[in-house]
Amino acid sequence: MTLMNLATVLSSVELGVIYAIMSLGVFISFRTLNMPDLTVDGSFVLGAAVSAVLCTAGRPLAGIILALAAGALAGSVTALLHTKLKIQPILSGILTMLALYSINLKVMGNRANIPLLNQKTIFNLPEWMPGPDYAALIISLLLLFTVMILLYFFLKTKIGLVLRATGDNEQMVRALGVSTDLTKLIGLALANALVALSGALIAQYQSFADVGMGIGMVIIGLASVIIGEAIFGTSNLLRRLIAVILGSIVYRLAIAFALELGMPPTDLKLISAVIVCAALSMPTIKEQLSLLQQRYTAAVNNRGRPL
Amino acid sequence: MLKINMISKTFDRGSVNEKKALHQVSLSLDEGEFVTVIGGNGAGKSTLLNCISGVHPVDEGSIILDGTDITFSPEYKRSRLIGRVFQNPLLGTAFDMTIAENLAIAWARGKPHGLSPGITRPDKALFREQLALLGLDLEERINQKVKLLSGGQRQALTLLMATMGRPKLLLLDEHTASLDPAIAKKVLHLTRKFVSEEKLTTIMITHNMKAALEYGSRTIMMHEGQIILDLSGEERAEMTVERLVKYFESRSGVQLENDRLLLS
Ligand SMILES: Nc1ncnc2c1ncn2[C@@H]1O[C@H](COP(=O)(O)OP(=O)(O)OP(=O)(O)O)[C@@H](O)[C@H]1O
Ligand SMILES: [Mg+2]
Repeated sequence: MTLMNLATVLSSVELGVIYAIMSLGVFISFRTLNMPDLTVDGSFVLGAAVSAVLCTAGRPLAGIILALAAGALAGSVTALLHTKLKIQPILSGILTMLALYSINLKVMGNRANIPLLNQKTIFNLPEWMPGPDYAALIISLLLLFTVMILLYFFLKTKIGLVLRATGDNEQMVRALGVSTDLTKLIGLALANALVALSGALIAQYQSFADVGMGIGMVIIGLASVIIGEAIFGTSNLLRRLIAVILGSIVYRLAIAFALELGMPPTDLKLISAVIVCAALSMPTIKEQLSLLQQRYTAAVNNRGRPL
Repeated sequence: MLKINMISKTFDRGSVNEKKALHQVSLSLDEGEFVTVIGGNGAGKSTLLNCISGVHPVDEGSIILDGTDITFSPEYKRSRLIGRVFQNPLLGTAFDMTIAENLAIAWARGKPHGLSPGITRPDKALFREQLALLGLDLEERINQKVKLLSGGQRQALTLLMATMGRPKLLLLDEHTASLDPAIAKKVLHLTRKFVSEEKLTTIMITHNMKAALEYGSRTIMMHEGQIILDLSGEERAEMTVERLVKYFESRSGVQLENDRLLLS
């Protein structure tokens, strides 16, 4: 069986694992907070830019940590635009994303991309790694696992519970004495911190940061969330988080497979958009189909004219 | 306990839709007093409760609760002192979370929300105990999501959440109006039980005149943004639904035949 060679599978899984951190961020804003946060496209690049700049200064680890903080800041701006200035959530995200484009360029020293060839990154830092072949996978898996566990426990704390309730029913959260402005701020800061972390890791993994690397990121995150939910279910919180991660890996494998079949890489975004469209319209399509079927059976039973 | 001084509220001031919902309303409640509120559609009952709970800022006047001036404090801060149940059963709970998680959020009301575990084992035992008070067997379903509950069960759960931790004030806005008569009655009984056991200061809006006289210790009637009748003591004990309806009709000029005010 030579559908895909091992190297391709391995690199897809690696990508899937790193992008899964971004998808968990998207999960927090879109699912937990129920807010369509489009900051993601910008905060992903912000993370990558911060990470790349610090790599060139020989500080890859500091790059990762600062990227987290920068992402949290970006998310906070979106949250404040929405809660304090009463701008619609979707527009708040777009505004931050737009502003971030300029900011990212500034962070990158007015260059559109930063190559990291021959730089120290967290993926080639440790010399104790078994074989270099699996180093990237092991490191990113460890990170992803840590993020997932921390996120799981966070969502089970007191503050985590009100965060989840905010997405369900804001009115109730306020009626029980908690400021929804605050929960949204925390949620969006956390979500974008994860997105930026993912961007920071990708930059070091691919050895470059590019100002355009975030385009459509939110859709890729959403696709992973939806694929995960469809295949692996949503019955409880832990399962949902794992589903998002697996969704991200499945997404990368599917993309690699399509590329293998000869799809031009420039079609990637088109495919992502189609996948998300299909997934989002699934309930409506199902409904229409069952309606059609009902009408058909009714018509047959009445021996009547088809409508 | 609660002191409302001359509050007014006008919606959409200055537009063609300008609507005076409250006009210089004053109302004082002693600690443990249970007041029922009646009045026609658009009388300003909900607006009164929404002004007390901070959903709407008032245009003038002041609101003092338990010695604190809350006139200008935001809704979520007031909610630490005020428990609320809304007419719509969907508004009181987070539907995609479990019964235990909903109770945990209510139980944490007014306490700092840190990174401590949302639900501990003793919490769960306490929640089971409290749920048993409802007599709806919800204590067996503590780990089920709220979306699986019926409207009546949700309203009972919301009532429990609103009264947990003994709020200074309990506000009920037709909280049984969207329920089947049998379960509505059950929720009303639970309301009376919780209010009397905890001696909660309570304001309950109802469209049911019979319930208005039957429950609580005082009844006020609102009309066009004002309190037009305030009954308590002997005067209230002697009041009948028929006389109340007559009074309402003579004051408002609205005939109430077959109106839902009469239905029980
Ligand atoms: N958010 C709002 N914006 C504009 N007008 C409002 C708003 N809320 C209430 N009103 C208006 O204020 C008036 C009083 O409404 P309110 O909801 O307090 O009446 P109510 O006594 O609760 O009536 P009901 O028995 O129908 O619930 C009505 O004319 C209503 O249309
Ligand atoms: Mg009302």
